[in-house]
Amino acid sequence: MIDFTWDAELDCKGLLCPLPVYRTSQAIARLGAGQVLRVECTDPGSLADFPAFARQRGLALLAAQDQGDRQVFYLRKEAA
Amino acid sequence: MTAAARAPAPAAGREEPRERTRPRRLALVASKGTLDGAYPPLILAATAASLGWEVGIFFTFYGLDIVHRRRHRKLKVAPVGNPAMPVPVPNLLGALPGMTAAATTMMKGWMKRARLPDVAQFLEMARESGTKLFACSTTMGVMGVKESDLLPGVDIAGATAFLDFAAGADVSLFV
Repeated sequence: MIDFTWDAELDCKGLLCPLPVYRTSQAIARLGAGQVLRVECTDPGSLADFPAFARQRGLALLAAQDQGDRQVFYLRKEAA
Repeated sequence: MTAAARAPAPAAGREEPRERTRPRRLALVASKGTLDGAYPPLILAATAASLGWEVGIFFTFYGLDIVHRRRHRKLKVAPVGNPAMPVPVPNLLGALPGMTAAATTMMKGWMKRARLPDVAQFLEMARESGTKLFACSTTMGVMGVKESDLLPGVDIAGATAFLDFAAGADVSLFV
C-alpha cells in the first residue's frame, strides 16, 4: 500500500470517451510540476485509457482503483 | 487530502521513450458526410490532442460537409442501407419521407443524453487544441463549395499538402 496526497480533483463521472481524458488534459495543464490530480470516472474504458494517457503525456499514474461503479486515478505531473 | 492505494499494474502497452524529439502526430481522412460518420474522426482528433499529439484532418468528398459553415449543423443519419439501426428499419420503410429525420433526431438524442459534445462543439475543441483542418480543394471544385462556405480556421489544401503532413504522422486513418 502507498500513501500520498493530492492537490486537485476532477469529477468525470457520467462522461464518456473522449471527455474524461480531454478534461483531465486541461486540468493537468493547470497543475505545477510534482502536483497530483485525483480523477473520478464512470466510463469503464477509463481503466485502459488512463494508463495510456499517462504514458503518452509522460505523467506518473500513482494509482488506478477499480471500485466497481467508478474508477479513480491519481496522476502526478512530472517536471518538464 | 490523502489516499491509500495499491500501485497500478504496469500498463500493457509498450513503454514510451522518456525523450521524444517531436510530439506524435495523427493524420485523419474524413470522407463521410453523415452524422454517424462525423463523430469517429472528431473523437479521435480530440483524444489525440489530449495526449499532446499534433492532429490534422483532411475533409474530402462528403466529409467536407463536416467543416461546411451551414451543413455541419445539418448532418444526418440514413436508415436506408443501415442494418445497425437500434430498431431495424426495412430499407423500403427507411426510404419513406421523414425516416432520415427521425433517425437523425434519435442519434442526436443519444449523444445529448450521453453528454457528448455535438459536431459544432467538437470542431470548436479541435480549433482550440490547434488541430489542423484541411478542406480538400478538389472536392470544393467538384461540389462547388467556396472558401466563404467553410468554417473559420479551415485551410484549403490539395492531397499533396495533406500527404506532406501525413508523411510525418505516427498514425494515419481513413474514416
